[in-house]
Amino acid sequence: MPMNANDIEKLIKTRIPDAEVTIRDLAGDGDHYAATVIAESFRGKSRVQQHQLVYEALKGQMGGALHALALQTGIPEA
Amino acid sequence: MGIEQFIDNEVKSNDVVLFMKGTPQAPMCGFSAQVIQILDYLGVPYKGLNVLESEDLRNGVKAYSNWPTIPQLYVKGEFVGGCDIVREMFQAGELQSLMKDSGMSVKTPA
Repeated sequence: MPMNANDIEKLIKTRIPDAEVTIRDLAGDGDHYAATVIAESFRGKSRVQQHQLVYEALKGQMGGALHALALQTGIPEA
Repeated sequence: MGIEQFIDNEVKSNDVVLFMKGTPQAPMCGFSAQVIQILDYLGVPYKGLNVLESEDLRNGVKAYSNWPTIPQLYVKGEFVGGCDIVREMFQAGELQSLMKDSGMSVKTPA
């Protein structure tokens, strides 16, 4: 069951309100996405912790409805 | 032995462990294949565990690391990340440093 990009963005922003989310639909099939999530609240967290927050936001959709979400996270540049 | 204990034992008794779909010789998923390519490029020895052979292992490792996807790379018992993080670290040279700091020799391109 594919998800659309807006739903993904909404889920992420609900959990990480300060997140700047960019989503690309890689194959145009609503099933393979690449997301960049930049948030000040990521500061001081490891990459694994940052990704875990995003996965948490997606509430178990990852690995299920969302097979392919290439993820890159980071903090805003000063 | 429970699955959690099995995983714990594997990641602590091998320097580099990759939980993957398929085997290092025949990866069954593009993401797993990418991590294999990186590890082979670095020339570090690693153990590949095929989660497709065991539903217990597949679910067990996701619970163990609190990480929803495969592949998963462990170095010295520590969860390093999945495909995206491993690639990012490799490109930044951080994976090479991590391996060296963990006492492994890394092939550097001539």
